[in-house]
Amino acid sequence: MLEFAVELFSDYTARTILLGAASLGVVSGVVGSYAVLRKQSLVGDVMSHAALPGIVLAFMIVGVKEQLPIFIGAALSAVLAVFVINLVTENSRIKTDSAMGMALSVFFGLGLVLLTYVQRMPDANQAGLDKFLFGQAEALVEKDVLIIGLTGFFALSVVGLFWKEFKLLCFDPDFGGTMGFSIKALDMLVTAVIVSAIVIGLQTVGVVLMSSMLIAPAVAARQWTGNMGSMVILAALVAAVSGVTGVALSAGFENIPTGPAVIVCVSVIAFFSILFSPNGFFTLKFKDAQSRREIRKDYVLKALHDLALEHDDPGYAHSERLLALGSERGFNVRKSLFALQAAGYVESVGEDNWRLTQSGIREVKGLSPLEKNR
Amino acid sequence: MSPHQLDIQLVAVIVAASCSIPGAFLVLRRMSMMTDAISHSILLGIILAFFLVGDLSSPFLIIGAAASGVLAISLIEAVNRSRLVKKDASIGIVFPFLFSVAVILLSKYARNVHIDTHSVLLGEIAFAPFNRLIVSGMDLGPVSAYVMGSILLLNLLFISFFYKELKVSTFDESFASSIGFRPRLIHYLLMAVVSLTCVGAFDAVGSILVIALIVIPPCCAYLLTDSLFRMISLSVLFGISAAISGFWAANWLDVNIAGSMAFVCGVFFLVVFLFAPQRGLFGIMREKRRQRMDFAEASLLVSLYNQEKGEAVKNHPDSRGMFRSADFASKVVGFLKQKGEIAVTGGGLFLTERGRERARMTVEGR
Repeated sequence: MLEFAVELFSDYTARTILLGAASLGVVSGVVGSYAVLRKQSLVGDVMSHAALPGIVLAFMIVGVKEQLPIFIGAALSAVLAVFVINLVTENSRIKTDSAMGMALSVFFGLGLVLLTYVQRMPDANQAGLDKFLFGQAEALVEKDVLIIGLTGFFALSVVGLFWKEFKLLCFDPDFGGTMGFSIKALDMLVTAVIVSAIVIGLQTVGVVLMSSMLIAPAVAARQWTGNMGSMVILAALVAAVSGVTGVALSAGFENIPTGPAVIVCVSVIAFFSILFSPNGFFTLKFKDAQSRREIRKDYVLKALHDLALEHDDPGYAHSERLLALGSERGFNVRKSLFALQAAGYVESVGEDNWRLTQSGIREVKGLSPLEKNR
Repeated sequence: MSPHQLDIQLVAVIVAASCSIPGAFLVLRRMSMMTDAISHSILLGIILAFFLVGDLSSPFLIIGAAASGVLAISLIEAVNRSRLVKKDASIGIVFPFLFSVAVILLSKYARNVHIDTHSVLLGEIAFAPFNRLIVSGMDLGPVSAYVMGSILLLNLLFISFFYKELKVSTFDESFASSIGFRPRLIHYLLMAVVSLTCVGAFDAVGSILVIALIVIPPCCAYLLTDSLFRMISLSVLFGISAAISGFWAANWLDVNIAGSMAFVCGVFFLVVFLFAPQRGLFGIMREKRRQRMDFAEASLLVSLYNQEKGEAVKNHPDSRGMFRSADFASKVVGFLKQKGEIAVTGGGLFLTERGRERARMTVEGR
């Protein structure tokens, strides 16, 4: 594996491909953040599927598998799908989700029809057109990477130029409107940027899974930060790393299509972030359990103290069973007692009896009134 | 029409009908994109079940794969419930992941079985007639027709058994739970039915185009009726017609059948979207035009009425100046004259008795 990696990074072709994957990652990470923040993740899904008929049509018109026409065809048909969604939702009672489902399946269906039509044509030129379905990074050549870089540069420049405006669009478009920004124009611009990111990913990741390349890095980044700038940078990083890893995996092992490999990498990072980031699922669960333990310990401490005071002796010992009887919550009193013992607040006396130590008594007195009444 | 073609159409029709039925509820519940999630996720279930069972048409495989659809939905809901990820993004990260894992497994370990990455996307309804059900030497037709037929039957049973529960929980979830209908249970049952249908349809139309058959026919029906029962029946009708015409279109052009069925569904929707009597684009435009004309007529009549009563309208002494163009004004006058509500004498406009009555009713509101 290591040998393979060394070989990969020293080989010129491999470097070209990895550079392409990395730049694609940077662009889709940045741009995808806007799709996610604007709750338009699924629009990305529709657009990437909808690019298929454009790709095939461009090929049918131009007759060769030329990069630029295919990009333009893909972009046009993706934008057309968004236009159709808006047309349908604005002029009928069809809701957005249904309109998206329809646009996605009809465009993709048309794409497959065209694809099967082209594949019947006698010349072999169209071979590899179906690589656009699941992506194939190995086919990337220098020129492709150059176009990826240029398109990506365009997309990133737009994001940089309209940073403030896009931020407004994500978080408070109504306020943006009152400030005199044309929300419609900004919306179109963001769509254009998203489309250009999708288009450059088609060759590497494929139409079927490209949307995930936009969504997952942004979702992952969002878990670690609440700052827009950091989120965008982090998303770019996540996507670039996944892109490179996925491409390397797909090249290194037989029969692994590039798109799925990249998406598995990026999804694993996203799920890891959701579970283990500082505000993540397990982290919160862990913190929850921790504070619950604290509360129980305070409760046991106080119960021991209250019971002991009935005997006018703060150090009077009581059995665990009595404590458990007094606790209405039915939790494991012994666990809390052991924890308190470890902290030196209680000590066990003979048969299962427990009493407060001096420092335990001090600790009870130190509990805030709120905690005491708990 | 050869028996082979007849068999393909038979399977296509059954698939389309079984997709439309739960589809109507998905569209009404605004969960159309859940179909996208389910139809992608079941692939993993199909492949894992296939590794276990080794037979693509075993009922165990179908049930196992359907379970994976429901699992995917619960996973999406769990991610969404954690409040760390918005609903749309939850859908968008869960199913591509499951789908990617499935595609990798498929291309790595299942190279030589019936399913490959192409049939995942394209479906293989063209091969449906080759796998036949033969009982004691008698050819009873394609196996997939029986498999899909059972699923159709199940869908029909499901909606007839839970019709009112589905209806109430679709339109008013809180009311449904207040009268004890358990909308969450209904939700999961519906998801299970959708998953099962997707698994069944997978053979015929693949992972992605099943969305077309589930979402589009109900959308067409939704623009044509307000009754749930009629919507479901119309969806089935649309689905079946799309399946048959899609097949013939594909046959004629010699292209992929599933893609062609999806595209024909889209054409159907376009037609309905444009020409539906009340909710179609042209219908809405006609209605708007009618309202505009109605309003213009009433305004002119009221203006004349006020002049008669001596409450002169200063800005528009002859009332025609109130309209945005002379053209439009003469159109309005023409219509009113035709209806006999005004008379034009010597260049001036006068109310007839009928016109006065309408103006009075407009002003007084009765």
